[in-house]
Amino acid sequence: MAYAAGVDVGSTQTKAVILDEGRKIVGRALIDTGANVVSAAENAYVEALRESGVQEEEVEYVVGTGYGRYRVTFGDTQVTEISCHGRGSVHMFPQTRTVLDMGGQDTKAIRVGAAGEILDFCMNDKCAAGTGRFLGAAATALEIPIGELGPTALRAEKAVRISTTCTVFAESEVLSWLGKGKRTEDILLGVHQSIAARSISLLRRVGVEQELTFTGGVARNVGMIHALNRALGLQVNVGDESHFMGAIGAALFALDHLLGSRIPASARETTA
Amino acid sequence: MDGAPSNPQPIVGRANRDGADLFRRWYQDLARVAESGAGAAYVFVMGSMAEVLRVFDLPMVFPEINSLQTAVRRVADQYLSQAEDEGYSPDICGYVKADVAVQLRGGEHPMGRIPRPSLAVLTNACNTYIKWAEIWERMYHVPVFVLDVPGTRAGGAQTWPGHPDFETDRRYVASQIQELIAICEQVTSRRFDIDRLREVLGYANQMSGSWRRALELNQSVPAVFSALTDGTIYLGVSNAFRGTAEGSEYFAQLVEEMAYKAAHGIGTIQEEKHRLVFVGVPCYPIFRRFYELFAEWGGVFVSSTYLWFASGGTNLGFEYDLRQPLESLAEGVLISVRHAMDSMFYQDRMLDEMAEPFGVDGVVYHPIKSCRTVSTGLADSRRAFMQARDIPCLFIESDMMDKRVVSEAQMKNRIDAFFEGLNARKLQRAVA
Repeated sequence: MAYAAGVDVGSTQTKAVILDEGRKIVGRALIDTGANVVSAAENAYVEALRESGVQEEEVEYVVGTGYGRYRVTFGDTQVTEISCHGRGSVHMFPQTRTVLDMGGQDTKAIRVGAAGEILDFCMNDKCAAGTGRFLGAAATALEIPIGELGPTALRAEKAVRISTTCTVFAESEVLSWLGKGKRTEDILLGVHQSIAARSISLLRRVGVEQELTFTGGVARNVGMIHALNRALGLQVNVGDESHFMGAIGAALFALDHLLGSRIPASARETTA
Repeated sequence: MDGAPSNPQPIVGRANRDGADLFRRWYQDLARVAESGAGAAYVFVMGSMAEVLRVFDLPMVFPEINSLQTAVRRVADQYLSQAEDEGYSPDICGYVKADVAVQLRGGEHPMGRIPRPSLAVLTNACNTYIKWAEIWERMYHVPVFVLDVPGTRAGGAQTWPGHPDFETDRRYVASQIQELIAICEQVTSRRFDIDRLREVLGYANQMSGSWRRALELNQSVPAVFSALTDGTIYLGVSNAFRGTAEGSEYFAQLVEEMAYKAAHGIGTIQEEKHRLVFVGVPCYPIFRRFYELFAEWGGVFVSSTYLWFASGGTNLGFEYDLRQPLESLAEGVLISVRHAMDSMFYQDRMLDEMAEPFGVDGVVYHPIKSCRTVSTGLADSRRAFMQARDIPCLFIESDMMDKRVVSEAQMKNRIDAFFEGLNARKLQRAVA
């Protein structure tokens, strides 16, 4: 049995996935990226190997993705996370035609074809407004663990209208609403709605085609899933692997290379 | 076959070499004007009215070119900061701010000293031109002439010579040109010479015709020049030397070089894989790197809307009728500047027309923070083009001057993903 791996080095977290020849996930790992990107990639990979029980020499091809893709020193090639999230999403949810990837510093709207190929995409600009970082700032201001943001927002009675999605101003706006006596739950629902609205603006630029798959770290947030579903009027695809979608896509490209099968070009051609 | 030089070896690369030489010499000439204490006509790329100004031997300064040169030479931040220190907002056009700093420094510029304005000539092709010239008016109390060009304001509804609306517009432009001539006479204390105008128009005709032909020659596979990098050199010469013997000779030689390269299959990059069109203004703060981000994937820009609008629409190759110089000048200015404006607002139709002849694989839209005039509407234009054509489009935002809003890592990510998509698409088509 041959194996392939994908390592997605994001701005906040690094994910690694091991696939077998049947495209089954046999191991995965998630760690904080921290300051040492090279170590993060290595550690995530080692942990995924440990979980899978696969030996390193059995993994024949590794694709790096994410902002730190060139720091995956043991990787054979690199593919952007835009291609990887598209590919991974169609693999996990075959009817996917639109992907929303919400990560630590980027939000990406991606329109894909039936094979997961990229038809169009749009991202937030240099500013990190409306990304996971904004939720992080709100969590800090409210002194709530990030994992509790979504469930807390779902207990809201009436959303506070958050006027900014600027990460820099998030904390001051949240504090000002607290000062006015607003409930934490209501503020948080407003935060989620605000980010959802900004994401939907990106989605509309590429065109929302069903099904829509939600990926990235923020896809673990039930409050964001709820806000997106309500604002879009549909049910977004989301699963246990959503956070790993970039790494899954990278591993699929690696497997393509390994098996010499379809769409190998992206995986074959490095970005020089 | 176009062009068969007797000594072919030096011809490849000649336009870039000679263009750079001409450009340096032009700045040296301007520096001499500055040192003498004389002024110059400050003009803009979209309707410089070089044809009239040359009759009076007025040296011409292109503040837009001065500003972009500060970015290419990686000192724009110093100039932008100086203007911002004076209270100019970060949101104001970077070209304006760099020029303000040049003025505050007494003309100090990395290419040589720039003379002060004695006259400003501008069109309405860019709304910022008007506010920009007001700064010089306040600083130097110089006359400012605004040529109001009735451009297309309903897509596809341009009128042409012979149509009553066009003839009305032509008379309107012609009467303004008469006003400009009067101002030039006043500023230079010289009389207008119609025969000199004919001579200048003759040179401009040769240049415009050659420019149009050079752009057409990039239909060749592989592409004979990069519209992003090489094209910008040609553009500089087209603006600085319009209406001169040197300018017309340069462009004749450019055509000869490009025809030679086309005939011999000499491309501008080693291995051409994707033929692209660029929409917008280049990313001057990382000019070379920006080009490399595409070239590394085998992407070559076969054309660019920048080469259309920043040459004042002279890419149309309008030919003045030397028997009726003033009437024809009005017609040419009207048609060319209108085309420059349309190249910014209605480029989706132009892109549609060139898709097959140029073998376009993808279009890159580059809206910039500094310039609303060229950036507003690009998202709509992209959408319209993508609905009309199954051609992938990339949308990347940065700036023409301000490195603070240029994020190379994010840009690279988008460009890489774009090429991954193009590669996958080509592979799928090959398999099908």
